[in-house]
Amino acid sequence: MWFFANRLTKRNHRGHHDPHDHHHHDHGHAVETRRSGTREIQVVRRVLDANDAMAARLRAAFAEKGVFVLNMMSSPGSGKTTTLQKTLARIMPRLRCAVIVGDICTTVDADRLAQSGAPVVQINTDEFGGDCHLAAHVVERAVAGLDLDGIDLLIVENIGNLVCPAEFDIGEDKRVVVLSVTEGEDKPAKYPLMFRECDATLLNKIDLLPYLDFDMDLARTSIAKIHPGMPVFEISAKTEVGFDDWIGWLEAQVKKKLQ
Amino acid sequence: MHEMGIAMEIVEIAKASIPADMHGAKIQRVNLQVGKLSAIVADSLRFCFDLVIKETPLEGAELVIEELPVVAHCKDCQHRWTVTEPVFLCPACQSGSLDILSGRELEIKSIEIEDED
Repeated sequence: MWFFANRLTKRNHRGHHDPHDHHHHDHGHAVETRRSGTREIQVVRRVLDANDAMAARLRAAFAEKGVFVLNMMSSPGSGKTTTLQKTLARIMPRLRCAVIVGDICTTVDADRLAQSGAPVVQINTDEFGGDCHLAAHVVERAVAGLDLDGIDLLIVENIGNLVCPAEFDIGEDKRVVVLSVTEGEDKPAKYPLMFRECDATLLNKIDLLPYLDFDMDLARTSIAKIHPGMPVFEISAKTEVGFDDWIGWLEAQVKKKLQ
Repeated sequence: MHEMGIAMEIVEIAKASIPADMHGAKIQRVNLQVGKLSAIVADSLRFCFDLVIKETPLEGAELVIEELPVVAHCKDCQHRWTVTEPVFLCPACQSGSLDILSGRELEIKSIEIEDED
């Protein structure tokens, strides 16, 4: 994260690894420890190798079955589930949809989404250690409960969190982030990885703008600096204002893959 | 928040990297490279690492985290620069068409093992 450097520096003052002092520190240590008998073994492996390999397998399976996968991310309370409900209602007549919903320990979201008529698989990450994100192996398990031959669009509603889900590939085609205007226009700059990794931003709850000090221009400028050219849709999941553009974009992405 | 899972992966990869001829050896240090754009908090990762290494060949090992800067390359004017704030626009030509050359790393570079010989 962007604050990483500060945290690291703070730690250095307590006598740990200063990046500037690193060479000296490491060197001194290495000589000392090698004398007492250590061997350095080159590894050079990505820590998330296992997840990425599984995501690649999922992506291949989705391609073979002709399924477009959308990974929807946001912080808790951004209106992701309502947005998804309204999106399904508009898109279902034309596309066969299914939903995988991640939640730490309730089925409230799954129950709400099941009303759309789309097959819904609920993942409670509680069983997997109360995770803050959906990893590829969890999605793979959920996918086993779906008939991929009967699905055009699979939407994965990730765990409400603007940090961790950005780090995990789940074999998706596109990623969208939902940011509600009640969260403040500073969020993109605070969570740049999420906004860089996503392909579109939904600025939700714009029906509340008259009651807030939310600076839309600042929000849009900030997003445009982090991810130049990324589409930003101003919507209200409550009133469905802005949905035509958002649904149009989503359907175009699905068509591009499935044609 | 996902640092516990990351710490567990690090332990698995480090354990699997012990050469066959050093079976039973203790790992004393894990050298990790973390890009500044990664969603990793170093202090949290160290805290989790210290918890998950108990009763493994890494017990007591030190996690050395080398932080890598975010470096971008402009596809339009070929300018190369270090990104120091959340702005991904080329400072030379203002283009937003760029490649991230580094900053997303989360890699185990090496492990250091106690050598009996």
